[in-house]
Amino acid sequence: MPSTTGGTRGSVIETSGLTKRYGKHLAVDGLDLSVPGGSVFGFLGPNGSGKTTTIRMLMGLIEPTSGRAKVLGRPMPFETRRVLPHVGALIEGPALYGFLSGRDNLLRYDSADPTADPRTRGARADAALDRVGLTAAAGKKAKAYSLGMKQRLGLAAALLQPRELLVLDEPTNGLDPQGMREIRSLVRELASDGTTVFLSSHLLDEIEQVCTHAAVMAQGRLITQGPVAELAAGARGRLSVTTPDTGDAARVLKELGVADLVVTEDRVTGEPPGTDLADVNAALVEAGVRVRGFGVERASLEDAFVALTGEGFDVAG
Amino acid sequence: MSRAEVTAGADGTDGADGTSPATTHATTAHATTAHAAKAHATTPHAAKAHATTAHADRAHPTEPRPVRLAWTLGLFRSELSLTFRRWRTLALLAVLAAVPVLVGIAVKIETSDGGSVGGGGPDGGGGPAFIAQVTNNGLFLVFTALAATLPFFLPMAIGVVAGDAIAGEASAGTLRYLLVAPAGRTRLLLAKYAAALTFCLVATLVVAASALAVGALLFPLGEVTTISGTRISFSDGLLRALLIALVVAASLIGVSALGLFVSTMTSSGIAAMATTVGLLITVQIVDQIPQLHAIHPYLFSHYWLSFADLMRDPVYWDDLVKNLGLQALYAGVFGSAAWARFGAKDIAS
Repeated sequence: MPSTTGGTRGSVIETSGLTKRYGKHLAVDGLDLSVPGGSVFGFLGPNGSGKTTTIRMLMGLIEPTSGRAKVLGRPMPFETRRVLPHVGALIEGPALYGFLSGRDNLLRYDSADPTADPRTRGARADAALDRVGLTAAAGKKAKAYSLGMKQRLGLAAALLQPRELLVLDEPTNGLDPQGMREIRSLVRELASDGTTVFLSSHLLDEIEQVCTHAAVMAQGRLITQGPVAELAAGARGRLSVTTPDTGDAARVLKELGVADLVVTEDRVTGEPPGTDLADVNAALVEAGVRVRGFGVERASLEDAFVALTGEGFDVAG
Repeated sequence: MSRAEVTAGADGTDGADGTSPATTHATTAHATTAHAAKAHATTPHAAKAHATTAHADRAHPTEPRPVRLAWTLGLFRSELSLTFRRWRTLALLAVLAAVPVLVGIAVKIETSDGGSVGGGGPDGGGGPAFIAQVTNNGLFLVFTALAATLPFFLPMAIGVVAGDAIAGEASAGTLRYLLVAPAGRTRLLLAKYAAALTFCLVATLVVAASALAVGALLFPLGEVTTISGTRISFSDGLLRALLIALVVAASLIGVSALGLFVSTMTSSGIAAMATTVGLLITVQIVDQIPQLHAIHPYLFSHYWLSFADLMRDPVYWDDLVKNLGLQALYAGVFGSAAWARFGAKDIAS
């Protein structure tokens, strides 16, 4: 959504100093988040890093200890009634009435929205079921659904109305690779319609594949946020030389000023030097190093994350 | 949070206050979209248009969709159908319907040799009120069945339904989706309470209807002798039976409110149901301990059996009014407590 109002006003989600404390434990610590309209925003962090708590605060389910949150330009949780009809959400997995059919589950959730027209309820439920590919299973009791089908039905509930914002908390959890691909393509499709998608995940490649923007959380704090391309660029790629003469290669590279050298079986990697890489290659050949492969590996978001946190992408303790 | 919600809910239609960033966005599109919304509501193709033209709606980001009273009642209807589609609810109603059948058959068997119920004492001896008159008039089975189920079966059934109301949704995780729909906490609570009260009425009427059917099958029907000894016509008696059923249903208002309050305190449906039924038993026991007579008038079950006074001629209203007043008090106190608790609760399930 091009921001006609300019600047940060184009933000669909905006928080400042958002904090949630449980006893002594800070689940979310002074979060300043800004989600631009029209983006597919990846909300990244290990399990237990405060993603879901943040989402619950944004959706008015839990009250922040301090700080403010605005969704669609309105303060939450004070304006839930005006904001939430425009927001579709999948929070911590689907929750369904097992004794109702998939379609009846959607009708139930739709009737909870006081702005939803009961005359179009059935048609909207059918359209949502069709969109997630559940039409054939619409009449089946939800307790007979597989985890993947439940996830889809949860998504269908988020798509009962045209939404400005979709908040999807770990939408591919429990899905097989095929299901994950389908959800990703659905997310892309929705985003191309102009819906802002706020997607939380602990899977880096998922964020990298579908998101235009990302924020990284760790232990309740926001570590960084911005366009995915910029975040990945923040971590520089690594020079990689594949060679049987790793010892000589390492010596030559060190002389040329390549730092942080890592030598594996048949590969030497390091931070690329400031000089022209063609000269580096020439120097290696001159020194009699037999080079099989030479190049700079593009930095991934994972590299960026490791660079930012100095740690692996594991579950927070 | 509940406070804010109430004020926000009061004016669902105003959207262009121009103070928030998103509304400035919305105001530009307002004129055209108001038009579109109107067309939406009147054309028969509304459903299709709504579901497929996501683009058209995006032109006005937070244009508030109107909230209509009839639409907002949709949650109550949904709540009702949910309650009565649960296997558990139907089982409870089946048990309640079986009570008059058992009582009727027992009375029929015991009196088949021409004797009277309970060994022939002047008041029919033990057993629930009115049981001695059942053999003379099947209509009395209605009163007997209500007197037999009111102390425990009925309130227990209500305790299960009301106790599970919020806690059950919380433990299933469906509560968070209802709230982000957004159902509105006050609105959801009201819908839940209304559904619980409807269940009270239905449960009572099931007992009464079952008793009437069994009574008509096994015993003669005819003129009714009131407690005061006067005789009223059968149709008059039927009317009193209906009135008694309504009073019995109203006697359950307090338990419903209590159950709903307990339901907002926990995220476990089973715990809420057990607590409510436990409280019910405790109150009944306390009501039986003479040393605690000072608090008896404040126990929700204390005036329950006053419904029998409707069978006096003229009707003795004092205890009936006290009962209804007490139920209203419980509804007020525990209803407010449930609202305060639920409105400020962090939903973390």
